[in-house]
Amino acid sequence: MKETTAREDLLRGIWRENPVLVQMLGLCPTLAVTNSVANSLAMGIATAFVLLGSSVLVASVKRLVPGEVRISAYVLIIATFVTVADMALEALAPGIHKALGAFIALIVVNCIILGRQEAFASKRPVGRAALDALGTGAGFVIALVLMGSVREVLGSGSFLGHPLFGAHYEPWVVMILPPGGFLTLGSILIALSWLRRRRAAAAGEARS
Amino acid sequence: MSDLLWILLSAMVVNNFTLSLFLGLCPFLGVSGRVETALRMGLANIFVLVLTSLCAWALNTFVLVYAPFLRVISFIVVIASLVQIVEMAVKKFSPTLFRQLGIYLPLITTNCAILGLAIFQTNRGYGLFQGLAFAVGAGLGLTLALVLMASIRETTELSDVPDVTRGAGLVLIVAGTLSLAFMGFAGLLSGA
Repeated sequence: MKETTAREDLLRGIWRENPVLVQMLGLCPTLAVTNSVANSLAMGIATAFVLLGSSVLVASVKRLVPGEVRISAYVLIIATFVTVADMALEALAPGIHKALGAFIALIVVNCIILGRQEAFASKRPVGRAALDALGTGAGFVIALVLMGSVREVLGSGSFLGHPLFGAHYEPWVVMILPPGGFLTLGSILIALSWLRRRRAAAAGEARS
Repeated sequence: MSDLLWILLSAMVVNNFTLSLFLGLCPFLGVSGRVETALRMGLANIFVLVLTSLCAWALNTFVLVYAPFLRVISFIVVIASLVQIVEMAVKKFSPTLFRQLGIYLPLITTNCAILGLAIFQTNRGYGLFQGLAFAVGAGLGLTLALVLMASIRETTELSDVPDVTRGAGLVLIVAGTLSLAFMGFAGLLSGA
């Protein structure tokens, strides 16, 4: 593995290697709970918390875990933090807990988290693992809030529950229904791919 | 009996796991390139879903009533060991099938449809038979979505789509359209 600076560890996950928009991981929650900004934010923060907790713990116990059973050990650690997040959310924000439903428990099988443990936290010191988890968690929150904003603004005509367009706006109900999730993410990915291509073309012209 | 049938139908088309609950998206996007592999993956999933439903029911009835906070942890441990045992059993008793399923069997552990099934089943308080109907319906729905998606992808591979949309973007838009089509089934249950 290439040596990286602490700054890089933190910033990498936020945009350049964004877990959702670039690596295409953790799509279930990205599509399932982003029908409003509040839900997206809660899901993002819960996932980031689980990621940070498990990364720090995995990095601290990495010498004690035998290689053959490491995946099971990581999964148990993740499941523990998910249980904590589940209970905390139920106590602090029962409304949002109800809206997110089973998807809080499903953070366990979010491949972003297990992926970071296997690829990063199990090989690096605790501090670096924490930075990486913070960056990746922030990247996940950004992707979720982006999805949630597009869907809530178009689908309910509001942002964080505040109406935006007045009474004459006819909401695109489909955007807050399941198909809207697929369509929004598909459009965002196509737009990003178009931007990337344009930038690459511009760079090519500048060189020649 | 009709109650079980509704649970099955509802899980299969009305609340299709992949297209309306977004569970099991990884195989949906990952192995939906060819119809044949999609079908095999779907069948492997049905098998594991049914076993999971049984185990989740047993856990709920005999163990978790005493310690509900262990739910997530015990489910994931049971699913992981279940997949491991199924893999060993298939390898021992039918090496041909084992070769055919290949990498898909272990991958099922991280398929959120499996854990999702166990959790939904618990939240809705399904009994043993209701749980089994739910599992079969969910598995059939997953297979249906996978095979449909694979058939469409085999066609789009060869068609002249805008270059910039190739890859994940196009697949997601197609999935959105499929999901829209499946919303048409929503009227099915209100007639009951």
